[in-house]
Amino acid sequence: MKLLTGNDLGSGDVVWWTGKGWSRNVHEAVDAGDAAEAILKEEEAARRVNASYAVDAGADGLPLHIKDRVRAAGPSVRKDLGVNPEIRLEKA
Amino acid sequence: MYQYDKYDQAIVDARVEEFRDQVRRRMAGEITEDQFKPLRLMNGLYLQLHAYMLRVAIPYGTLSGKQMKMLGHIARKYDRDYGHFTTRQNLQYNWIKLEDTPDILADLASVEMHAIQTSGNCIRNISSDQYAGAAADEVTDPRPWAELLRQWSTFHPEFSYLPRKFKIAVIASAEDRAAMRLHDIGIELVKKDGVLGARIFVGGGMGRTPMIAPEINPFVPAEDLLSYLEACLRVYNRYGRRDNAYKARIKILIHEHGADNYRADVAKEFAHVKTLGLDPPLAEFDRITAFFAAPAFDATAADDLDLSDPDFAVWVDQNVKPHKAKGYAIVNIAVKPTGGIPGDATSDQIDLMADLATAYSFDELRVTHAQNIVLPHVKKADLYAVWQKLNDAGLANANLDLISDIIACPGLDYCSLANARSIPVAQKISERFADLERQRDIGELKLKISGCINACGHHHAGHIGILGVDKKGVENYQITLGGSGAEDVSIGKIMGPGFDENGAVDAIERIVEKYREVREGDERFLDTYRRVGNDVFKEAIYG
Repeated sequence: MKLLTGNDLGSGDVVWWTGKGWSRNVHEAVDAGDAAEAILKEEEAARRVNASYAVDAGADGLPLHIKDRVRAAGPSVRKDLGVNPEIRLEKA
Repeated sequence: MYQYDKYDQAIVDARVEEFRDQVRRRMAGEITEDQFKPLRLMNGLYLQLHAYMLRVAIPYGTLSGKQMKMLGHIARKYDRDYGHFTTRQNLQYNWIKLEDTPDILADLASVEMHAIQTSGNCIRNISSDQYAGAAADEVTDPRPWAELLRQWSTFHPEFSYLPRKFKIAVIASAEDRAAMRLHDIGIELVKKDGVLGARIFVGGGMGRTPMIAPEINPFVPAEDLLSYLEACLRVYNRYGRRDNAYKARIKILIHEHGADNYRADVAKEFAHVKTLGLDPPLAEFDRITAFFAAPAFDATAADDLDLSDPDFAVWVDQNVKPHKAKGYAIVNIAVKPTGGIPGDATSDQIDLMADLATAYSFDELRVTHAQNIVLPHVKKADLYAVWQKLNDAGLANANLDLISDIIACPGLDYCSLANARSIPVAQKISERFADLERQRDIGELKLKISGCINACGHHHAGHIGILGVDKKGVENYQITLGGSGAEDVSIGKIMGPGFDENGAVDAIERIVEKYREVREGDERFLDTYRRVGNDVFKEAIYG
């Protein structure tokens, strides 16, 4: 399962590909499958996302790598600032 | 404090408008991210894990109440109500919007601040002793020299694209409070036969290849300093490696080329540079120095101190240091609350520290490389009032240089380069050792944590260092012992296999308890380690 992520160009917020656009909530992310590369190219060109890349996701629909789980959750030391602070950083 | 002249202000104002246009062009799609990235980095704007991060330069860690107040204002208006003081004596905002950045830089420029050269392969913010101008043991105030170097290095056309970033520290005391020999160039101002000059150390640094800078010249007369540094940089610029970023720092050049060869090359280049008339005329240096004249200290200020409040007495004993002027003291504000985030301060706390500086410290503050704040010139008679106000704001932590006064990089909670989180480990250690009486019994113990091998948390220089690594996708923490960033500089040694977060905290406690068991008299942890060696502590760690 491939999720697409990047940052909003203006705000810098972490965003996730929903199939129709970009959301700040990782739970709205969808599997981009084989279309990942084409989507990223088109979205970057349209400046709808910045510094984008594809990540592998696990059975829980969340990124496998801890770095991307931190991006999805927000800082573990400031849970008041994260979008999805309930996300466990360890893999499911 | 130094004040901009019309040239300084014009440079900074022009840069703001230049960047405003660059941001506009990026937002409009006229330039790509690949084209924009080097431009934003030249203005201290990174893209980190969660958002853009803006690093603001605080030259040699010195700022006024008004400047500090502006840092609080920006945190409140444009960020999420806090800022992070760094090991480079700077301040970082973690949640900056690209579209706001030109306005933020304009706000900074209005108080003679900027974010120029806080990134990129150039000469970065010059760092210095946080007690400069207040310490009794300095041979001269290092700040005029640091300011001279700031002006020399700002937009230096030859040194804007060095092989790698370049960090310079200037001190003027035998006691090194700035980790001077762990910089690319460390400068210790000294007097020889009554003449002011500098010992020059080149090729120190932390990162993946930690090295202590060797002495390249035992005495460069003050009037030759700029020319000599120009020669040091020129030789590096010519021979430093550009084929491999990991081998590009000057420490690698000196290691591979040899200190003697480097010294000879610098001497040859210096002979040429000295003919170019680079060193400033005395009148210009005098102009700069005049900004750093000692404040009008009250010669009648009392040296007595009422220590009848026991909490205040502990804070004075731990955080207040002797001042060169009778009746005054240096106040250290440890931004290290129990369970808190090292170096983080809220907008309100930043405002309060600014107000205290204005009211009680001749409007001056310093940022330390240990992520703390200093009020350099406080009347002893005002210490109790200052302490009370700090206490009300959660800033009267009496733990300076104790085990909970931890340096920690932002780590994987914020940094895109990190492999592991640093801050949660720091928080757990400070909670484990929350008992101040126990901390004070342990005594001076500098604990430093980095979340990757880049070592922004200075773990190599920690009496106890912790390095976070990625072990097959899981955070793991290696422990080093015996490092020091002070005048007894040394690089810590790795003890053995790493631990998970809780295991690391437990191991630290075992190390500390072993120290308490084997120390002699009031021997510091570092001295005990150096006396008894690795094996005693390895046994304590791994059993």
